Amino acid sequence: MNAHLPAIQVVLPLLAAPVCVLLQNRKVVGVWATLVAWASFAIAITMLVHTMEHGTISYALGGWESPLGIELRVDVANAFLATIVTGIASMVLPYGPGSATLAIPEDKQYLFYTAFLLCMTGLLGMSVTGDAFNVFVFVEITSLSSYTLIALGKGRRALTAAFSYLVMGTIGGTFILLAIGLCYQMTGTLNMADMALRLQPVMGTRTVLVAFGFFVVGASIKLAVFPLHQWMPNAYTHAPSVVSAFLSATATKVSYFVLVRVVFTIFGAAYVFGTVHFEWLLMPLSIAAMFVGSIAAMYQTHIKRLLAYSSMAQIGYMTLGLSMNSVEGLTGGLVHLFNHGLMKGGLFLVVANITFRLNSSKIEDMAGLARKMPWTSLAFAIGGLSLIGVPGTAGFISKWYLVQGALVKGQVWLALLILMSSLLAVGYVWKVIEVMLLKPPTDRVENTKPAPLSMIWPVWVMIGSTVVFGLWTTWTGTVAEVAAETLMGLR
Amino acid sequence: MNAVAGLWVYAVVIVLMMIGLYTVISRDNLVKKIMGLNIFQVSVIMFYVALGKVDGGTAPIFKATHGEHLDTEVVFSNPLPHVLMLTAIVVGIATTALGLALVVRIQEAYGTVEEDELVRIDQEGGA
Amino acid sequence: MSGPNPMRMREMVVVREISRLLIPFILLFALYVQFHGDFGPGGGFQAGVIFAAGLVLYGLVYGLDALQRAVPPRLIEVLAAGGVLIYGGVGVASMVMGGQFLEYKIFDPHHGEHYGLLLIEAGVGITVTAAMTAIFYAFAGRDRARDEEAR
Repeated sequence: MNAHLPAIQVVLPLLAAPVCVLLQNRKVVGVWATLVAWASFAIAITMLVHTMEHGTISYALGGWESPLGIELRVDVANAFLATIVTGIASMVLPYGPGSATLAIPEDKQYLFYTAFLLCMTGLLGMSVTGDAFNVFVFVEITSLSSYTLIALGKGRRALTAAFSYLVMGTIGGTFILLAIGLCYQMTGTLNMADMALRLQPVMGTRTVLVAFGFFVVGASIKLAVFPLHQWMPNAYTHAPSVVSAFLSATATKVSYFVLVRVVFTIFGAAYVFGTVHFEWLLMPLSIAAMFVGSIAAMYQTHIKRLLAYSSMAQIGYMTLGLSMNSVEGLTGGLVHLFNHGLMKGGLFLVVANITFRLNSSKIEDMAGLARKMPWTSLAFAIGGLSLIGVPGTAGFISKWYLVQGALVKGQVWLALLILMSSLLAVGYVWKVIEVMLLKPPTDRVENTKPAPLSMIWPVWVMIGSTVVFGLWTTWTGTVAEVAAETLMGLR
Repeated sequence: MNAVAGLWVYAVVIVLMMIGLYTVISRDNLVKKIMGLNIFQVSVIMFYVALGKVDGGTAPIFKATHGEHLDTEVVFSNPLPHVLMLTAIVVGIATTALGLALVVRIQEAYGTVEEDELVRIDQEGGA
Repeated sequence: MSGPNPMRMREMVVVREISRLLIPFILLFALYVQFHGDFGPGGGFQAGVIFAAGLVLYGLVYGLDALQRAVPPRLIEVLAAGGVLIYGGVGVASMVMGGQFLEYKIFDPHHGEHYGLLLIEAGVGITVTAAMTAIFYAFAGRDRARDEEAR
C-alpha cells in the first residue's frame, strides 16, 4: 500500500475536483473538499514517516520504469513539502464562511472548491514528481487554478491583479518549458535524476548555461524573488482572504522547492555555485528583498498588502538560505518555508476574520479592535511576533538556523543583516498592533462582534502551531536537516 | 555554412519569442497582450517541434504489414517532443481562454481594456 | 455592440444549409479521429476539438438557444467532470487490480494496452469536447449571464 502513496497523493485531489462539479451543492462540496484535504494530509504524513525510516519511494507511472516512463520520486524533502501543502489546505478548507467573500453567486461556489482542489493537485504534483516535464504541467495546473481563485475576489481590482499575474505567470511557465526543452536537447531525457547524470559531460556548454538561466528566471517569477515580485502584492491583496492564506502559504513555497530542485538535483551545487556563482546574484537579491519588503510593508495602509510585502521579505530569507550553499543555510530555508507557511497562512486567516466582521481591510478601520475581537487580535499579535522572530515562536527557529549558516561561513555581516531586517519587521507588526490595542474604537469597531467559533479555531490551530514549533523544535529541525542533506546529495 | 543553415530554426524561434515578449511589454491593450503571450508560447512550441525533427525522418507511424518486423531502413522523427507539445498547446488554450475571460470581466467592470486607463481609474477611484 | 445578429445568420440560406450538411460530417470525422487514435494519428484531444467545433458551428448559425437546447450547460459541466473521472477511474482500476497507476497491461496481457488507451482517450475526448463547448458558452452567453446576475 505504501508503495502506491505517491500516486494516490496526486490522484486523490485530482479526481475529487470533478466530483465537486457533480455534487454541486455548496455545503456538501465544502465538506467533501475538506475530507479530501484531510485524507491527503494523512497520506502526506504517512509518506513522510515512511521516507524518514525507509528512504526514497520511487513510483513508475503506468509500470514504465524510469528513465523511460514518468517517475514519481518521494524523498524526505518531497514528503516534507507535501505535508505542508496538505496541512495548510486542511486548515484553510474547513474555513467555510470565507466563501461569503467571493464574487460569484452561491449556486456557483462549488466551482471555487473545484479550482481549489485542482490548485492543490498541481502543488502536490510539483512536490512529488521526478520528471522535469511533469513539473511544467503541474506548474501550469497550479497557475491556471490560482489565477481563477484570485479573480474570485470581491471588487474589480481582483480582475486586474489576476490578469497581471496571468501574464507574469505564463511568461514564467514558458521560460521553464524552454529550459526543459534545452535540457532535453542536451540529454535526451526528461527524468530529473537521469538528466543530472547526462548533463555532467556537457556542463561547460552555453546551452546548459542558458537552460539554467531560463529555469532560474521562470521559477523566480513564480516564487516572487525580489525584482520579479510585482504581481504578488496585488494578487494577495485583492484575492479572497482564504485564497491569499492558501497561496501565500503554499504556492510560493512549492516554487521555492522547484528552484532548489533545479539547483541541487538537476544542475548540482558544483556547477551552480562553483562555476556559475549563482550566489553572487541570489544573495544580494535576497538581502534586498528582506529590506525592501519590510520597508515597503511599513508604509502600507491595507493589512493584506502589508502582509504581502512581508511575504516578499520572508521569501528573501528563504532564498538567502539557498544562496548560502550549506546544509545549515538550506535547513534554515526549509524550516523557514514551513514556519512561514504556518504563520502567514494563520495571519491571512486572521485578516479573513477581521474583514468578515469589519468589511474593510484598512488598518485605520481596526482601531481598538483588541477589545471587540480579543482572540483574533491576540492571534495576530502572536503571528506578528513570529514574523519578527521573537524567541519562543517558530520564526525564531528559522532565523536561528540562518544566522548559524552565516556564522559557520564566517560571514558575521550577513548575520547582522538578518538581525537588522528582523528589527524592521517590528516596525510593521507594531504598526498594526498599536492601532488594534491603543487607539480608541471607532463606530465601525464598536458595532462588531467577535468572529464565530468556526472561524476562530483554524486560525488558532495555525497560530498555535507556530508556538508549538517554536518551543518544540526537534521535529521541524530534524526533518528539514534530513531534507536538506538529501537535496544536497549528502545522504 | 552548414552550421548556419542548420540553425535557422533557432533564429526563427528567437525572433518570434522576442516579438511575443515585446508585444506583452509594450502594448497597453490587454487583448494584444494576450496575443503577445500566444506568439511567445508558439515560439517555444516551434522550438520543441524542431527538436524532434531528424534529418530525412518521416512521421513516426508503425507500418507493419501482416505482423512483419519494422523496416529498419526507415528513419523516424522523434515523436516525444511533439507529444509534449500537445500538453503545451492545451495549456496555451487554457491560458488564452482564461485571459480573455478576465479581459471580458475587466471590460465590464471598468469600461476599458487599455492598461494605462485602468491604472488611472484605479488611482482615482481608490476602490 | 454591433456583432453578427443570430437572427440574420439564421436567415442566410447558404450558411444555414451548408452547415446543416456539414455538421454531421464534422461530428463523424471527430469520431473517426477519436477511434483511429490508438493505431494512427489522432486521439482524444484532436477529436474533442473537432467535435466541439461542430457544436460551435451549430451554435453560431442557429443561435445559442438552439445549441443549449440540444446540449444544456449543466450536461457540459457533467461531461467535463465525467471525462476526467473516466481517465482517473482507469488509473485507479489498474491500481486496484494490483498494477501501477495507469498500467494497462494489468487488464489483459495482450489487449490491455489497447483497451486502456481506448478508455483513456474516450475520457480525454469527452472532457475536451465539454471544455471547448463550455468556453464557447461562457463567452457567447456572457450578456445573458450578466443580466441574470443583475436581477
